[in-house]
Amino acid sequence: MYKQIFNKYSPEKENLIYILHEIQDNHPQQYISEDAVTEVSEYINVPRAHIYGVLTFYTMFSTKPRGKNIIRLCESPPCFLKGSENILKKLRETLDLGLNKTTKDGMFTLELCACLGVCGNAPVMMINEDVYGNLTEDKIDTIINKIKGEAK
Amino acid sequence: MSLVIKIGMASCGLAAGARDIYSAVEEYIKTTKSTNIELKKTACIGMCFAEPLMELSSENGTTTYGYLNAEMISAIIDDFASGQPQTENVILSDSLEGQENETLKAQTRIVLRNVGIINPESIDDYIGRNGYNSLQKAIKEMTPKEIVAEVKESGLRGRGGAGFPTGLKWQFAAHEKSNKKYIVCNADEGDPGAFMDRSVLEGDPHSVIEGMAIGAYAIGADEGYIYCRAEYPLAIKHLKLAIAAAEKRGMLGRNIQGTRFNFKLHIKEGAGAFVCGEETALLASIEGKRGMPRIRPPFPAQSGLWGKPTNINNVETFANIAWIIWHGANEYAKYGTEKSKGTKVFALAGKIRNSGLIEVPMGISLRDVIYKVGGGMKTDKPFKGVQLGGPSGGCLPADLLDTVVDYDSINNTGAIMGSGGMVVMDSSTCMVDVAKFFLNFTQNESCGKCTFCRVGTKRMLEILTRISEGTGVPEDIEKLESLAKNIIKGSLCGLGQTAPNPVLTTLKYFKDEYLAHIEDKKCAAGVCTHLLTYEIDEDKCVGCTLCARKCPVSCISGKVKKPHQINQEACIKCGACYTACKFDAITKS
Ligand SMILES: Cc1cc2nc3c(=O)[nH]c(=O)nc-3n(C[C@H](O)[C@H](O)[C@H](O)COP(=O)(O)O)c2cc1C
Ligand code: FES
Repeated sequence: MYKQIFNKYSPEKENLIYILHEIQDNHPQQYISEDAVTEVSEYINVPRAHIYGVLTFYTMFSTKPRGKNIIRLCESPPCFLKGSENILKKLRETLDLGLNKTTKDGMFTLELCACLGVCGNAPVMMINEDVYGNLTEDKIDTIINKIKGEAK
Repeated sequence: MSLVIKIGMASCGLAAGARDIYSAVEEYIKTTKSTNIELKKTACIGMCFAEPLMELSSENGTTTYGYLNAEMISAIIDDFASGQPQTENVILSDSLEGQENETLKAQTRIVLRNVGIINPESIDDYIGRNGYNSLQKAIKEMTPKEIVAEVKESGLRGRGGAGFPTGLKWQFAAHEKSNKKYIVCNADEGDPGAFMDRSVLEGDPHSVIEGMAIGAYAIGADEGYIYCRAEYPLAIKHLKLAIAAAEKRGMLGRNIQGTRFNFKLHIKEGAGAFVCGEETALLASIEGKRGMPRIRPPFPAQSGLWGKPTNINNVETFANIAWIIWHGANEYAKYGTEKSKGTKVFALAGKIRNSGLIEVPMGISLRDVIYKVGGGMKTDKPFKGVQLGGPSGGCLPADLLDTVVDYDSINNTGAIMGSGGMVVMDSSTCMVDVAKFFLNFTQNESCGKCTFCRVGTKRMLEILTRISEGTGVPEDIEKLESLAKNIIKGSLCGLGQTAPNPVLTTLKYFKDEYLAHIEDKKCAAGVCTHLLTYEIDEDKCVGCTLCARKCPVSCISGKVKKPHQINQEACIKCGACYTACKFDAITKS
């Protein structure tokens, strides 16, 4: 099942984090399943426990299914000072969603994260690989609606 | 007249909407069928606060506009082309009068020499600005020993936080006898409030690659890794392009520029773990393991990646190297103070007007950084403190604003230079809350190996939480201090050793605030919600009932069209009524 990904990387431990990134990015639910762990463990010949150890150490990996679009709102001080709390509230209202939860249609997962390194434009969030800054409550509506529109 | 238009397309620009600006210019070129406009991408000039930015230049001069939206574009281009440039939204200009820019004038750009000027995807742009000449000079005209000596002489100290002399570090690695050595670039930038490494990687990736190649030659390494945090996809993209281009031009790979020097460079992505910025954890992560720090010695110079001698430096450190090799150590050492030479890039964030990146000579005062280069406070609320060095650093008050910025002077205050993040705070910030945030951060990011770091930070956090909720007791301050001492002593890596700094410095400089929380149960900044009282101003309340409907614990009562009241006993201070009220009738104190 993961042959295409394995073909890109030699079966060495040093490639583990790369392989996990790719598996997660290519899964429609952006997570790493138990089956995936088993296959990776066989491919690079390390115990499953080692893989779980690595998986759970790094915050970007998920062992639970998530939405198609991962929203990561920065909660670090520069963003907090510029009102990230209100943005969080707005996101929760707009998506009718709790933290670390996924919308019923599987479109969005809402997470908090530490500084994304765009503090000059705080408050900031990332949706998948795109950064959005100088956020206001109005902008949230525009951004979310745009993504919803594109999906249709 | 021919026109060159550049759009800043680094993460900060993109976050502010640069993509729309770029499309608008493309659209303009298409609809006006212009053949004399060259549209280019560049990175961040450092003025993130005014993004998205557009620079226009012609034989009549260069002007940069900011705070743009797509609708403004065609008029700006038309007017500029007609020789009557608009004077609104001008950020920088060499031709319009009265547009002297203090922010740039006070800066000296060595690390950021190309950032925001060149197209980072073009190796020709880099080469056009003296790029890769230092590498050629180094491998063709200098011995490794001479390079180490030059870097030592320059006085450059590591920009990753600790400020260890770079030349000395290279000397250690060069002295090791081994058939294999590595050179590693630490691009894991995780300090909240720091973004200079991102900007350099996105805006001038070749300067880091060139610095690493010179370093590799100097210590005798033939292979290198750049470890970049996965939160920086654009930096990773630009690095990959840059490495491929440099290989093609013979600046990387085998027999570089016809010499016997070989250097293969790889990129490794992190996966979200702050502690991986610590050098031994970073090496473990490159090897595909959990990023746990280990005891030093042995230092990476003796036993690093896969047990081989390894030299690790920060992005900004490497970005200085080519400049030093070209201009010479003496030229570099002209900038700075006796023990901190050269320039340093600072990331200004928080309640400061010109949030963004600046590069200034060491030795400038904090006051000048904040008020001259940074443009002062963003709001009319007064300055209260500045957090230096992120979660490992400390918070300094107004009466220390004349502290000069160099490693030793800042260490003397109890803060650290760190990676160069400066988070400016005004009177609406609660210092207990700030300390709590940073401790919460390090507590979360502790890898769990050392008991004091794992459990000690948790106990400290509990005490701070208690204080911010109004249940603190006077002994808590002593307890915080003694826990802090033990965490510093009992942790093996820098994460634990510096985790208490934000608490210790706020205790030192803002003790009154702690006491107000503990004794008077008051938070002057109005941040600690548990200590707030919400009240309804009877004169302003029109009895719309909105607050009563929003209140999650139904503690607001009153008749329609009559002033309402809050039952203080039942109130959970969530602030829902405060945000809901359309008549400003609810006060918090
Ligand atoms: C918890 C922790 C996090 C760190 N994070 C970084 C980082 O993000 N970037 C960095 O260059 N150095 C970081 N460092 C410092 C590195 O361990 C190391 O000292 C540095 O990369 C050496 O480079 P330099 O000599 O050029 O400063 C961190 C240290 C600790 C203890
Ligand atoms: S603090 Fe939010 S991006 Fe840096």
